[in-house]
Amino acid sequence: MSPVDRTRLPAPGPAPAARFPAVALRRLSSGMALRAATHAGPPVVHWLLLWRAGTAADPADLPGLAALTGDLLDDGTEARSDLELHAALDRLGARLGVQVGADGTMVSLTTLERHAAEGLALLLEIVTRPRFADADFDRVRDLRRSRVRQLRTVPAAVAERVFLETLYAGHPYGHVGIGTDEALSRMSVDDVRRFHRERLRLDAATLVAAGPFPGAAFAEMAERALGASAPPPGPGAPAPPPDPGAPGPPPARLVLVDRPGAVQSALRIGHVAAPRRTAGYHALQVLNAVLGGQFVSRLNQSLREEKGYTYGVRTAFQFRRGPGPFVMQGSVQADATVEAVREGLDEMAGIGGPRPVTPGELDLARSSLTRGFARGFETAGQVARGVAHLVQYDLPDDEHDRFVPAVTAVDAAAVTAAAARQLRADRAVVVVVGPAAQIERGLGALPLGEPLRADVEVVAP
Amino acid sequence: MMTLDWTRQTLDNGLDVIVHEDHRCPIVAVNLWYHVGSRNESPGRTGLAHLFEHLMFEGSLHHDRNYFTPLQQAGGAVNGSTSCDRTNYWEVVPANALDLALWLESDRMGYLLPALTAEKFENQRDVVLNERRQQYENRPYGLALMALMAALFPPGHPYRWTTIGEVADIRAATLDDAHAFFRGWYHPGNASLTVAGDVETGAAIDAVRRHFEEIPAGPPPSRAAGAGPGRARADISPTDRGVEHHGAAGAGSGRAPADGPAEERKLLLEDRVELPRLYLAWRSPALFAEGDAGMDLLAHVLAGGKTSRLYRTLVRDRRIATDVSAAQSSREIGGWFCITATAAPGHGLDELDAAVGAELAALADDGPDAGELERALAQVEAQFVYGLQTVGGFHGRSDQLNAYNVYTGDPGFLDRDLARYRGVGVDDVRALAGRLAPDGRVALSIVPASGNGLALAGSAPAEVS
Repeated sequence: MSPVDRTRLPAPGPAPAARFPAVALRRLSSGMALRAATHAGPPVVHWLLLWRAGTAADPADLPGLAALTGDLLDDGTEARSDLELHAALDRLGARLGVQVGADGTMVSLTTLERHAAEGLALLLEIVTRPRFADADFDRVRDLRRSRVRQLRTVPAAVAERVFLETLYAGHPYGHVGIGTDEALSRMSVDDVRRFHRERLRLDAATLVAAGPFPGAAFAEMAERALGASAPPPGPGAPAPPPDPGAPGPPPARLVLVDRPGAVQSALRIGHVAAPRRTAGYHALQVLNAVLGGQFVSRLNQSLREEKGYTYGVRTAFQFRRGPGPFVMQGSVQADATVEAVREGLDEMAGIGGPRPVTPGELDLARSSLTRGFARGFETAGQVARGVAHLVQYDLPDDEHDRFVPAVTAVDAAAVTAAAARQLRADRAVVVVVGPAAQIERGLGALPLGEPLRADVEVVAP
Repeated sequence: MMTLDWTRQTLDNGLDVIVHEDHRCPIVAVNLWYHVGSRNESPGRTGLAHLFEHLMFEGSLHHDRNYFTPLQQAGGAVNGSTSCDRTNYWEVVPANALDLALWLESDRMGYLLPALTAEKFENQRDVVLNERRQQYENRPYGLALMALMAALFPPGHPYRWTTIGEVADIRAATLDDAHAFFRGWYHPGNASLTVAGDVETGAAIDAVRRHFEEIPAGPPPSRAAGAGPGRARADISPTDRGVEHHGAAGAGSGRAPADGPAEERKLLLEDRVELPRLYLAWRSPALFAEGDAGMDLLAHVLAGGKTSRLYRTLVRDRRIATDVSAAQSSREIGGWFCITATAAPGHGLDELDAAVGAELAALADDGPDAGELERALAQVEAQFVYGLQTVGGFHGRSDQLNAYNVYTGDPGFLDRDLARYRGVGVDDVRALAGRLAPDGRVALSIVPASGNGLALAGSAPAEVS
């Protein structure tokens, strides 16, 4: 056997072609849409129900209602107490997941292939006939209030909350999912029941299935389970909430939350950017990969691998139905706070102007995104979430198969144009959760105006 | 329920090579374990195994640049982690990039030191100090594990310190320490390499031989004090698969839970937290030792989900806690069992302790009912399947095959692993619950500043940093 050539790295070239699994689309007799993806893998089935109503659908005066409703779904059904319900889930080894995002609510159930039909029946029972008992409401609401209280001491959670509240003041995206302690203190079980009745209707839901069954078998299981759970009929499917538009200007560009003596500062730097359906989506993905979306990216290479200021920083365009945020986030050692903020802003400005993407960076970003495509759809859960993504954002059925050619077509000019349009260092908001006594003076010298002090409020117990 | 086909071959230099074929997704995972972790460190140099892991990504003789760029270029994912017992490195790449991953792994196994400079060492030391700040020092309750390990294990026991290490030790480490660490532990004979995914077994073994056979065997690793035999025992238990960078450590000598401190130790730590939290910890069996699977099922019965005994009592019915968890964390030469509960506003930790104690006593008297144990087993079995859905990454199939190979010598240990759970009866769980007595436990109270009144009565300050 000849020894390996160590004078050069193997250059594998383009990855083997991979396609997103075919998705069978059906309208079920209840009015609910089914999207079933046959996925060859381990004996696991992933069921997922999606509604296009999430935290942005919270009533303006009740931030946190959607997430509280989601939290209460598994506290018993009309037919079973919470203990009976969870015992049934446990016997199937099933994992129930409730995710309430800005634009949607997803309730999923992972189970073994042999329990697929039983699992779906339980999932549908949970979402169509939740118990919403007074005592459970009271307990879960209190638990969420305690959680708000605890998150006050988690630097990254405080930074996230203050960042959204600043970027989207007065806007449906202007709060974190859990809401505020004050709003939670005012909620009633009737609010929850109403949100469920109006927003989480079965005829407004999409059921996604992924696993080792043909589409027809998934449809048969769904029809049978729906028949058993007898969803309440309603007049026409409700429309999803309208896509939120752009918010007004933020009240400040520099917001500081004091954490006396903290050894690091948690950072959020960014601004409102593009919605998911933006025409420049793929160019923004390439841009982000170069700037901070991957380990080898301008910001992480500099702040971690050259300067050692941080365990890591990253950037993301957090796409939503309406304009979502662009954000750079991470934690940096306290004495490097000002320099890290300055550098973050500088890199945001540089890539659309004086330091455009280089051919090497462009090649690295594009090939990383395209050749890594297959890796993202290995499990049933990944496939199901991929299907749900299309529904969530009104994307064409072939969106995933368009990804590789669309990213390949992004050139340097497109990246520069995307940066010039969607990265605005001159409008960026900087949120810092760190030791004010040590960093406030330095931060104040940045061209961001007077720092605004913020904190997370809770109602006195 | 689930099978894991594999082939193993040991090269002349001692490297174990395992191949698992799965052609459903056009990707391949490379997963390489070195049988060295923080328990092989010396006092005064804690944290070195993990710091060293960082250095492995910074370049080797024939590719003296970071390891991330070529793997990103190929569309791959790459990472590594250190525990008390082992260090692992992995790549998941498109099926046609197997040679690239093997080239890089073999180059840093065979030719790391010529490229390991002071500049890289200093940079990654700073990164690790920031990792420590982010994950431990600046995180609520972040120092709990350090306090618990130091109290559960006696001086000289290698699980007494956590994998992230002490700040002073990380600062004191030298480039020479790193070179010596590599020479002592990073050999083919102390490693296990798994290739899993869209590959043909014969071709994969040939590719591994082409890249790794030239690396000399090196001296047999001298197992440090407290270390066990070569390949035996594991660090992955189904309820606690997420230690990785957190460097959770385990306890003891693989004997009964009663092996811990002879008397109860009550400790107190003030932290920047809103609600007090109680940790009750005991020494417990090592991975795959007698009683390990039973303790794991006991953890499920106590706190696995909303029907579990502690959740029902503390969170659901009495509403004195906001959360409760229990975990058997078994490691290669010992384990520890920990119950954790956070007090609801207005409640103190003595109240939680009494409620936990009553539930433990009830289980020790009557044992779980058959339905409880069946549900716990169903969850454990399903979690095995869920955890093995991916060929690569942390806890995927390649990682599990290496875990079984390194700790038991049998990559096909999965069936026996499941069998030991199926063999646990209600009487076993009852007896194990009986071992969770106040004697020998460590009770750690983490409370808000000047909230000492919320701690367990009689607690003494813990010393951690």
